[in-house]
Amino acid sequence: MRQLILGFSLVAFSYSVSAAEHTVGQKNKEFTESSLTIKVGDTVHFRNDDSFFHNVFSLSDAKFFDLGSFPQGESKSVVFDQAGEIEVECAIHPTMKMKITVE
Amino acid sequence: MFYKAIFATFLSLFLCHQALASEFKDRVFKAGHPSLQDWVLPEKPEAPSDNLASPERIELGKALFFDPRLSGDGNMSCASCHNPSLGWSDGLPTAKGFKSKVLGRASPTVINTGYNSIQMWDGRKKTLEDQAIGPLESHEEMNTDFSAALASIRGSSEYQKLFAKAYPGEEIDKTTIAKAIANFERTVISRNSRFDRWIQGDKKALTKEEIRGFKLFSNPEKGNCEVCHSAPNFTDNGFHNIGLASFADENPDLGRYAERPLGLMKGAFKTPTIRDITLTAPYFHDGSAETLDDVVDHYVKSGEVKTNLSPNLKELKLSEKEQKAIVAFMKSLTSDSDPVTLPQLPRI
Ligand code: HEC
Ligand code: HEC
Ligand SMILES: [Cu+2]
Repeated sequence: MRQLILGFSLVAFSYSVSAAEHTVGQKNKEFTESSLTIKVGDTVHFRNDDSFFHNVFSLSDAKFFDLGSFPQGESKSVVFDQAGEIEVECAIHPTMKMKITVE
Repeated sequence: MFYKAIFATFLSLFLCHQALASEFKDRVFKAGHPSLQDWVLPEKPEAPSDNLASPERIELGKALFFDPRLSGDGNMSCASCHNPSLGWSDGLPTAKGFKSKVLGRASPTVINTGYNSIQMWDGRKKTLEDQAIGPLESHEEMNTDFSAALASIRGSSEYQKLFAKAYPGEEIDKTTIAKAIANFERTVISRNSRFDRWIQGDKKALTKEEIRGFKLFSNPEKGNCEVCHSAPNFTDNGFHNIGLASFADENPDLGRYAERPLGLMKGAFKTPTIRDITLTAPYFHDGSAETLDDVVDHYVKSGEVKTNLSPNLKELKLSEKEQKAIVAFMKSLTSDSDPVTLPQLPRI
């Protein structure tokens, strides 16, 4: 929760700055956000808050990535450098899905 | 600001509370305990809004499920491989299809598939409706000639009546056939085992050993099974490479990788339910484990083949007694189901 508030304030804070940082958690086999709207050039940190491994990947045209698998407390980040709609999923748990809109 | 802080505290308390149920440290292993109630399966699996259950739809679906005349050779039905006398599976290491050709994967049980959000070992189908036509059309399985099969169903006054009652105003076609079969499959349910009764408060339903087995099953530092075989249907609907020996074959079955070409998914298969598990030996997608003891042995070794192993498999430190308790626990997951009555098939 605190991280979330932190995430929000970071978003708010860096609104005026060129590239913002966002954090999306993975908790109870769900992403903490079901959708997120960001700007071209922004960074999203994906952080695993569960006690087991998750993955993060996207096969979307606007951004293609596979962050492998990582344990609790670790995060990996992606810079979104192109506008578009990006479906983000966990390959281990296909019910974990979210959408990032890059404007 | 003050109100916001209070609200945030409440919200986080609420969120934490929700998280409680599924974490081992918060579980209390007592019959009927509130912290275990996420194991209770809904009374019925959810049906899509355009295919809600009705007795007529279930009756039609049952007839189609058991009707061998739909197949190319007129001798194979869904029940040939999903046989109610064999736990809705076939007792074979891997299925035998058209003209007894040995297929690459084991027939999974149909029991409780309605509760799952993804179908097939590699998850290539989403719903039971999506799944049902596949085995009919497959040349390796039922090898159905659909124009002939539809002609004979449409020409049967008894089938016509069943369809008219089940799906009034809809065509007799692949869509309604699939819908009816899915409706029937959603009635094949296991949720009345001794384990279920214990979860609901019947103290005598499980033995001490079985309760110890349940704890070990859940404990991430012990059996570590629940991380994948999670509540309520003992599956996370997820995909894992658990290191079966067959993954070292020359051309191994890559499983989920065919659907999601990511390194992690090479050799990963869907976590099956383990409800009614005593009825469906042999085990694993390649039928390589004959007994539940073999299965637990496999996990104690944390797999035979270590390449691309799921990061969620751990080295297990389990004494022989503890392994026995986990097996005993799994044996408590079989429901006393009512006998299955076979349908008198419509004349065609
Ligand atoms: C020749 C044997 C055979 C026949 C006949 C057959 N199946 Fe299957 N079934 C299988 C096998 C093998 C799989 C797993 C295949 C895979 O995952 O690649 C399967 C998978 C399934 C699944 C998915 C279960 C799960 O847990 O993922 C369902 C549901 C199912 N079959 C229903 C049916 C229906 C309905 C019919 C008749 C229309 C049918 N099957 C006919 C062998 C058969
Ligand atoms: C990393 C996830 C994971 C963990 C941990 C795990 N399982 Fe599994 N389990 C699976 C998957 C995936 C399969 C199917 C694998 C295959 O056939 O390729 C499976 C298959 C099984 C089967 C066979 C089911 C069938 O119908 O063939 C049993 C029984 C089973 N597991 C019990 C256990 C027990 C007991 C534990 C703990 C000691 C455990 N599992 C730990 C994922 C897991
Ligand atoms: Cu995940």
